[in-house]
Amino acid sequence: MPLTPVEIEALLLSLRIAFVAVVGALPLALLSALLLARGRFPGKLLVDGLVHLPLVLPPVVMGYLLLVTLGTRAPVGAWLLDTFGVRLIFHWTGAAFAAGVVTFPFQVRAMRLALEGVNPTLPAAARSLGASRFDAFVTITLPLILPGIIAGAITAFAASLGEFGAIITFVSNIPGETQTLPLAIYSAIQTPGNEAAAARLAGLSIALALAGLVLSEIAGRRAQRLIGGG
Amino acid sequence: MLDVAVVRRLGQFSLDVAFAGPAVGVTALFGASGSGKSSIIALIAGLIKPQEGHVRLGETTFFDASAGIDLPLHCRRVGWVFQDARLFPHLSVRANLLYGYRRAPAADRRISLDQVVALLGIEALLSRRPHALSGGEKQRVALGRALLSQPRLLLMDEPLASLDAGRKAEILPYVERLRDEMEIPIVWVSHSLDEVARLADTLVVLDQGRVAACGSVATVLARLDLFPPDSPYEAGAAITVTVASHEEAHSLTRLVFDGGALVVPRVVEATGERLRIRIRARDVMLAASEPLDLSALNVLPAVVREVRLADAHADIGLDIGAAQLVSRITSFSAERLRLAPGSRVFAVIKSVAIDGRGGG
Repeated sequence: MPLTPVEIEALLLSLRIAFVAVVGALPLALLSALLLARGRFPGKLLVDGLVHLPLVLPPVVMGYLLLVTLGTRAPVGAWLLDTFGVRLIFHWTGAAFAAGVVTFPFQVRAMRLALEGVNPTLPAAARSLGASRFDAFVTITLPLILPGIIAGAITAFAASLGEFGAIITFVSNIPGETQTLPLAIYSAIQTPGNEAAAARLAGLSIALALAGLVLSEIAGRRAQRLIGGG
Repeated sequence: MLDVAVVRRLGQFSLDVAFAGPAVGVTALFGASGSGKSSIIALIAGLIKPQEGHVRLGETTFFDASAGIDLPLHCRRVGWVFQDARLFPHLSVRANLLYGYRRAPAADRRISLDQVVALLGIEALLSRRPHALSGGEKQRVALGRALLSQPRLLLMDEPLASLDAGRKAEILPYVERLRDEMEIPIVWVSHSLDEVARLADTLVVLDQGRVAACGSVATVLARLDLFPPDSPYEAGAAITVTVASHEEAHSLTRLVFDGGALVVPRVVEATGERLRIRIRARDVMLAASEPLDLSALNVLPAVVREVRLADAHADIGLDIGAAQLVSRITSFSAERLRLAPGSRVFAVIKSVAIDGRGGG
């Protein structure tokens, strides 16, 4: 089942967009998870709601919201373009941004769960042994929540690969620029006589999803062994 | 010297304590759960902050509310041993041990890994992970980890509470060696008077966030007001003795103290060694005249110092030379023997009621 150059391009673009989406959102997701798991501040419920918003909003609405804030004529988008020369709209980075926003809750939820599973007295023990707060976080908390971070990242990666609504609404369906696998499948279905291409791309998506699941399982076990839980 | 005087209010509970501990030796914090023992440890360590007062160790001020000093937890260099060992699960025993060592200033590293490994007998555990250790082993590693952080003070928050009697007996000798070989002041939290009598030099008795008594272990344990008959704790005095001789034929040991001698079942300590034994008040009988032909081997002339009556019970404070004992008898017997301060009596103690082990 040889793939056409256009299909290979869609595959590579999808992987790149998903990777950038996950890695780009990870630090902010970790910060949000820390804030939600350990922080006590007024408006925590609001932050919690905001973080989870992409999970409950229709992706098309997410895409629309991005369009009206980050479009080149929208306030934030215009500022980005004027100050940094950055244009997200109709650009693959915009697709990565949209995927990162939509899959953000997956990362935060997994990290938060992992953080809540860490005995809070362990970082205190580390600090009594001479470690600063930051040192204790990096050497104790972070390794202990690694399985959660990995699980969240893989889930978010898989979800980014499948993101459709937000991407097509925000950055449109441009082959070679923003046309990821789901968008390519959609285009193939729309074009009469292209059923074979649609089937190939769908098969590819299924294989990717399965590989992601297996990888997540293996990584999870590895990490669990690393922290001595099993 | 450790100097603590702190006030902290937290909801219903308020802590208002002041005490001092020796620069070398063990200060025991004793009290029921909820008396504030663990809060005091957390205040000394710097995990929680008092509203008023100060915490000082020798020349170093950890906290002073009026001077605005609050040294952060990781700068105080206190070795903190917890009830649940709190080993880092993702690190090997060796990496756990070295966690604090690597963070201590190089110039202060006087306690080495080899030394601690030998002291605690944990050579065989070094490459293992914490989840593969028994409770007693975990506690020994936690102790070693705290020691290797080169602490200025050791805080031990009921380190034996989660262990059964056998494991306790396994750890106690290590703690005693630590006390005798390392010149680090130790604060020991406990709700076991036997542990306190065996290990501590200074005893601070806490009751609902206040200091009920503070002083040398012998003096505090000899007080009659602290452990009345209805208290959950077994009253009894502690005396420091020296091993005079062993009588192998009968497996007995003769112990001498400032005021007399005691014969007890053979102890492990060698001749000349000092140890502290606790004699429970209900194991001390009193006689108005010297009893003869008795199975009990210890008959000591004593002077009544204090009599304290409580319904059926009478607690009698006794002076035997410079040592103090407590006897618990019935009020009826106290009346019958006409016991009053100054009365001359004979204290009768069964040898088998005393064991030098103290633990358990």
